[in-house]
Amino acid sequence: MSAVTASRPQSRLGRIWGALPATLKVGGVIVLAWIALAVAAPLLTPFNPIKVDVVNMLKPPGGTYWLGADALGRDIFTRTLYGARADLMMAFFGVVGPIILGTIIGLLGGYFGGRIDMVLMRIFEITVSFPYFVLVIAIVAVLGPGLKSYFISLTLVNWVSYARLVRSEALVLRNADFVLAARGMGFSHLRTMLFHVLPNALVPPAVFVMTDAVLTIVLGSSLGFLGLGVQPPTPEWGAMIAEGANYLTTAWWIAVFPGLAICSLALGLSLVADGLARLLNTGS
Amino acid sequence: MDRFAFLLKRPIQLIPVLLGISLITFVLIQMTPGDPVRIMLGPKATEDAIAFVRARYGLDQPILVQYFYFLLNAVRGDFGQSIIYRSPVGPVILERLAPTLFLILYGLALSIAFTLALATAAARSRGRWLDQVVRLVCVGSVGIPSYFIGLMLILGLCLRFKLFPVSGYAPTILDNLYHLFLPALTIAIGVTPILTRNLRATFIQQMDADYATAGRSKGLPERYIFGRHVFWNSLLPTVNLMGVVVSFLIGGTVVIENVFNIPGLGQALIRAVLTRDYFVVQAVTLVLACGIVITNFIVDVVTVVLDPRVKL
Amino acid sequence: MEELVRVEDLAIEFATKFGTVPALKGVSFTLNRGEALGIVGESGSGKTVACRALLKLIAANATVRSGRILVEGQDVLAMGDAELQRFRGEKAAMIFQNPSTHLDPIMPVWRQVGEAMVLHQGLRWREAKARAIELLRDMQITDPARRANAYPHELSGGMRQRVMIAAALACEPDLLIADEPTTALDVTVQAQILALLRRIRRERQLSLILVSHDLGVIAEMCDRVVVMKDGTVMESGTVEQILTAPRNDYTKRLIASQPSLMKPAVRKALEAPAHAAPRLAVEGLKVQFRSAQSLTGWLLRRPAHAVTAVDDLSFTLPRSGSLGIVGESGSGKSTVARSLIGLVASQAGRILVDGKPLGRLLQERPLAEQRKMQMVFQDPFLSLNPAMTVAATLAEPLRQHRLCSDREIPERLADLMAKVELPQNLLERRTTQLSGGQRQRVGIARALALEPEILIADEVTSALDVTIQAQILGLFERLRREMGLTLILISHDLAVVRYLCEQVAVMRQGKLVEYGPTEQVLTHPREDYTKALIAAIPRLSRRSDAAE
Repeated sequence: MSAVTASRPQSRLGRIWGALPATLKVGGVIVLAWIALAVAAPLLTPFNPIKVDVVNMLKPPGGTYWLGADALGRDIFTRTLYGARADLMMAFFGVVGPIILGTIIGLLGGYFGGRIDMVLMRIFEITVSFPYFVLVIAIVAVLGPGLKSYFISLTLVNWVSYARLVRSEALVLRNADFVLAARGMGFSHLRTMLFHVLPNALVPPAVFVMTDAVLTIVLGSSLGFLGLGVQPPTPEWGAMIAEGANYLTTAWWIAVFPGLAICSLALGLSLVADGLARLLNTGS
Repeated sequence: MDRFAFLLKRPIQLIPVLLGISLITFVLIQMTPGDPVRIMLGPKATEDAIAFVRARYGLDQPILVQYFYFLLNAVRGDFGQSIIYRSPVGPVILERLAPTLFLILYGLALSIAFTLALATAAARSRGRWLDQVVRLVCVGSVGIPSYFIGLMLILGLCLRFKLFPVSGYAPTILDNLYHLFLPALTIAIGVTPILTRNLRATFIQQMDADYATAGRSKGLPERYIFGRHVFWNSLLPTVNLMGVVVSFLIGGTVVIENVFNIPGLGQALIRAVLTRDYFVVQAVTLVLACGIVITNFIVDVVTVVLDPRVKL
Repeated sequence: MEELVRVEDLAIEFATKFGTVPALKGVSFTLNRGEALGIVGESGSGKTVACRALLKLIAANATVRSGRILVEGQDVLAMGDAELQRFRGEKAAMIFQNPSTHLDPIMPVWRQVGEAMVLHQGLRWREAKARAIELLRDMQITDPARRANAYPHELSGGMRQRVMIAAALACEPDLLIADEPTTALDVTVQAQILALLRRIRRERQLSLILVSHDLGVIAEMCDRVVVMKDGTVMESGTVEQILTAPRNDYTKRLIASQPSLMKPAVRKALEAPAHAAPRLAVEGLKVQFRSAQSLTGWLLRRPAHAVTAVDDLSFTLPRSGSLGIVGESGSGKSTVARSLIGLVASQAGRILVDGKPLGRLLQERPLAEQRKMQMVFQDPFLSLNPAMTVAATLAEPLRQHRLCSDREIPERLADLMAKVELPQNLLERRTTQLSGGQRQRVGIARALALEPEILIADEVTSALDVTIQAQILGLFERLRREMGLTLILISHDLAVVRYLCEQVAVMRQGKLVEYGPTEQVLTHPREDYTKALIAAIPRLSRRSDAAE
């Protein structure tokens, strides 16, 4: 028996890879590719993304400018690559804060119930009563545009998505027999919450995080489009599209290529989300 | 009948939420850097003018009193003075309310129509090619930013093919169905993928439910089971999403009004943020939040009507 | 006798993530018109797949490999959609196990009974409603006109099942298939539903196929039996034949595992020194639950609604004695367990271990006292943490209570696994990879890790197959004997209690109805409720009483 398994050529990693859903694989490749492109940007293009070169302004795609140049003569290809950094960071920072804050609040509310839950639910209800994007904008307005205020405002607004998921799992789990057993054996609330309830409550949030990443990129680039995100001259796809809006008929490439970039990255994340859901059997 | 008594109690339960919203909005503006009065009156303001405005809005009082004044004024429709518009904020909000409301309702109607069609088609042809296509379309289009869609639509349908006007808000409703079609479509495209995915999943879950199996065992046709049993049971959890959907729609309007140059609340908000017209920001946020609260209340009403199990 | 149903060599397999899994491997049986056939089997036997196939209710991921199902000469599996819709409901109909989920929650009950009539027989809705009310009346639902407008959640479990039976009978089928129709019901209600089924069978000359894991139910209701295991028919014959002279080994094991047939264990408690306090004494225990106060209620100073779950319960248990607490749903028996352990606070009464009173809540008890009483739970799926391995599950209490050094843990784990008769190699497995019976054993091992003196078993075998249940009950008995454990067994099943427990306490809606030595209570019950409980147990043989 062991002799047969030892001689099998396919590695364990290979078998795991083969078992993953197709959407997960395709999406994963796309996302990893963008991450690689963002990191390796300096190696892939000789141009400087922010240096102004008025001579070459509004040059169409072709020749030295693969994807054309914008109104300030900057190469679109270069700016698209560098822009990936801003948008990937927005995707990451836009979910990290909400996950942590949301999980803590959801766990506490769902596990303890009673008055703690009532208070937390009130806060939840009030936060949810604001239009999501409008509240983000309002907070960014107060704190001033930029990545830091983006991170803060998203944490303060988007925690509710994760809190809702974790809380509903925790509410069910806290009555599960194994949780009662843990308490019955004299384990503290902290131990029961962290080691018994939490690990089992994290599956729905883990599935949701990828979809959230997509929504976050759309939101972040919308902020950039409106001028409230990462500030110029740092390249960012949404802001680039806003610039391109003025030249829609004359120099369509300024808006279209960053747009396609967003769509492809979002598609990749969305496929990963779909694949993850299929893998964990919780999706449709 | 005491299910409906719940609807009478509900507005009372909403008061803490409304208070909370107003508190947050108030606190938000308190955190802005700089002195709002100086900003509002500009650099040429005299000390007397500043003192007058401060007293007028109670800005020299302790925070709690300021909040109280804020509430009082808000209820009366007085939200302060706008810098850009050089007029009280209240009337500005009022005149910009209609376009935004129209756009949101139009977008809502379109997205409901699309979602019902797509989700039903997908669920009924489950597993076959139509279902897969719908799923892929939903997965793929979730990430397309609405402003990008808007711009592409403008590029294609307005500029190249001159089918729709690029901007503006028309005086009559009928005209607006035409003028606002593209913006509403854009917003709807932003919301439809998520809603469809959700509704389709619910449909399928209900089609596998025990009561559906029981129905089949009685010889009921699949179409009847879907139309009479599955559909209505699926509606309930989906209606609960409406608050979130409207929230997304409002987010969409904020962006789209800027793309299509529609004189609504969204455009006002962005302009106010960029020019630090904080009173406008505050007022718009408050008004839109109240809109969500009203939407959630309507959702509650609909839930009580549709679901006989609700007994609060 | 005319043959109504003939199943020939039916083979069905499922396509799963792990490949194709055969559910039926060539099953054959027949049913004659007017007869009642029972299909008995444990989980995985394929009995549900087989009975659903009779109506061609085959899951999306299942394929029929081979076989025919002939009803009145026609092959059900070969029928097209239109034919199938006529067949279902008019020729054959089905009732299911869980009436709560098998009824549409947002449709009034009369519609669910009448819709088949409208769609099959072209009735108008008003006529269908009138007929539906008549059917409900026939099902012995009181005040049928009013009840017909109710929604399923407004009716009790028994009434819902009657509604489902009415819906199945709406178009007057010749064949009724019942898939575990009483498993989800309390024992007294079960008896009523079975009586109803017998009556309508007689009155309408219905042929019946009854699927159940409970041999007693089948013995009461059916003429012939088919015994299934792992997708094959082990044995078939008349009820008499199977019960008195089983030929197949599995059948023999199945019969021997029926709790009512198991010879009561030697349940004598160990001799205790004179004047010793009883191991466990409960005096006047009272537990109340207050429902959450609503905001308006608080504002109007209305007192919160209180439910008394346990009312004035008292009993004593000697060292290594065994008590069975029996009751139906809502009797408060689980609440008793939880308040003994200290998970739920009692409002009045005392709990004394070895004469010393215990704090009401777990937190109020010193660590050493907490260990003395441990509990084993019911749900094999959620009684163990799905994220942990078996070893981690067993080691955690050892570590938290510092019962041994880290070095000694492997030895302790090995010891515990041996005590519950589990192989050592299961230690490294995730708990989700174990079977139901294995999980229960781990649950018992976990409780034993703290070296308790009193073990409370809360419906520990209710979710298990009958053969596995027999093994677990045997394990409990051995542990009690070898370790001198005092045992409290909570169950809805009187037969299980009879096997294992020396004393029995019968509870109903929070109150203690009857209490005393098991043999005495079961052979000479004083209270009417106890008598009803005993009478409701399906007897394994109707005619000669070879079992009791």
